[in-house]
Amino acid sequence: MIELDNLTLGYDRHPAVHHLDATIARGSLLAVVGPNGAGKSTLLKGILGLLRPLQGEVRLHGVVRHRVAYLPQQIDLDRTFPLRVDELVSFGLWHRVGALRSLTRHDRTAIAEALAAVGLNGFAGRPIGALSGGQFQRALFARVLLQDAPLILLDEPFTAIDTRTAEDLLALVRRWHGEARTVIAVLHDLDQVRSHFPTAMLLARELVAAGPTAEVLRGEHLFRARQMAEAHDERAPVCRRRAA
Amino acid sequence: MIVFEPLIAPFVEFEFMRRALVGCLALALGATPVGVFLLLRRMSLTGDAMAHAILPGAALGYFLFGLSVGAMTIGGLVAGLAVAMLAGLVARGTLLGEDASLAAFYLISLAAGVLLISLRGSQVDLFHVLFGTVLALNDAALLLIAAITTITLLTLALLFRPLVAECVDPSFLRTVSPLSPVAHYGFLMLVVLNLVGGFQALGTLLAVGIVILPAAAARFWSRTISGLLLAAVLVAVCGSLAGLLLSYHLDLASGPAIILAIGGIYLLSLLAGPEGVVTRRLLHQRHLQA
Repeated sequence: MIELDNLTLGYDRHPAVHHLDATIARGSLLAVVGPNGAGKSTLLKGILGLLRPLQGEVRLHGVVRHRVAYLPQQIDLDRTFPLRVDELVSFGLWHRVGALRSLTRHDRTAIAEALAAVGLNGFAGRPIGALSGGQFQRALFARVLLQDAPLILLDEPFTAIDTRTAEDLLALVRRWHGEARTVIAVLHDLDQVRSHFPTAMLLARELVAAGPTAEVLRGEHLFRARQMAEAHDERAPVCRRRAA
Repeated sequence: MIVFEPLIAPFVEFEFMRRALVGCLALALGATPVGVFLLLRRMSLTGDAMAHAILPGAALGYFLFGLSVGAMTIGGLVAGLAVAMLAGLVARGTLLGEDASLAAFYLISLAAGVLLISLRGSQVDLFHVLFGTVLALNDAALLLIAAITTITLLTLALLFRPLVAECVDPSFLRTVSPLSPVAHYGFLMLVVLNLVGGFQALGTLLAVGIVILPAAAARFWSRTISGLLLAAVLVAVCGSLAGLLLSYHLDLASGPAIILAIGGIYLLSLLAGPEGVVTRRLLHQRHLQA
């Protein structure tokens, strides 16, 4: 279970998302939605501990922080680095091999199986720079598979990839949900959210609504979210708001 | 054998040439892998700035103790690390980016260093500190370079996987391991150490040449990380050998000759390496089937 307690996250004292109170149950399949700049990716970074809260806290129950799997946006990765696909995917075994241990035959089999599971048979030896956007996303999903994590955070996993790839990767997400893992995904396609994600959280720099997807994605909530997207203001006064 | 004589005789006959060669080979083994990672992390200019940053520390060592390897090394290390840390702090705490803050610090360092040396020393001493004296490496300098190379290779072996992970996907490393700061600061430490080692042979201005140029040349020969490391070391070894021989036979300044020889290999690689301009253009005239 994840508890967000009066959580405010931001950069340089400016909140990207503020005063967030929410509980995410173990085994949830949750979509985080909202307009651009709503604080969705920032929330994932806060849960991961990559960003220290300006106020409040994130409490992870039953999950060690280093065992959380995270799929970042592709723009955050350097695809020009001379690395092979299997080397990239092998990082998913970090919890087993760490920084020093060399890969065993068992590890190599696991990598091959993960590549097969995401439809990248025969791609192991290719440089990551030679992959298309969709293929690269499949490779990152293979890495998440190997992480075998109880909590999986996906930042815009289906952006700029074709329908077929998105469907294949959605099947993996459903599989993780079936295995009682907690999956939280930042998404933009509301139809996709309605079809595949039973719960949703609507953000617009603060919490607009959270709960069953049909309830959260009601017209009035979406309208409110659009209204609440505020601009970054250098002269903004100090926030005096306390926890709810 | 007549062909080989000009290549071997200088090293057989003269101890100072053998010492220079050993120093350069040790630098090639340690400094070039560091250069490969600097290049891959897009920090080539950071290396250049840090090379300048060690100058005031080395100069202070010189100011207090003369041309002493130990004093200048410790001074250089402290100054290099201080500038790296300060530049990082300024970049994180202010609007100034890391490149701009490093540029600010290294310009101040360079001016302070030159001023300190000119207060006490002659033009010869200044030349020594800025461009090194690869033909006058004493036991202490050689041992220092060898020790730095040993530390570098051991540290790189230990930090190899975290370093690669941090280059490709820094947030991933931070989520799976507490080693991210160890990799980051450990690597910066290696950069400073190798620049200080290179400074003994090539001076503060040219030391970065044997760090970055072989790595840049290697990029035209290989598309794998292990291939890059191997190619960079080979380029540095060949360049050092060629530079020393050129300086011996043509009576040229040895430090610049070594860096120019490596620069020549870089230009050759740029044109004729498998990933170079000409090869890629020739290959691209006929496309593959898949």
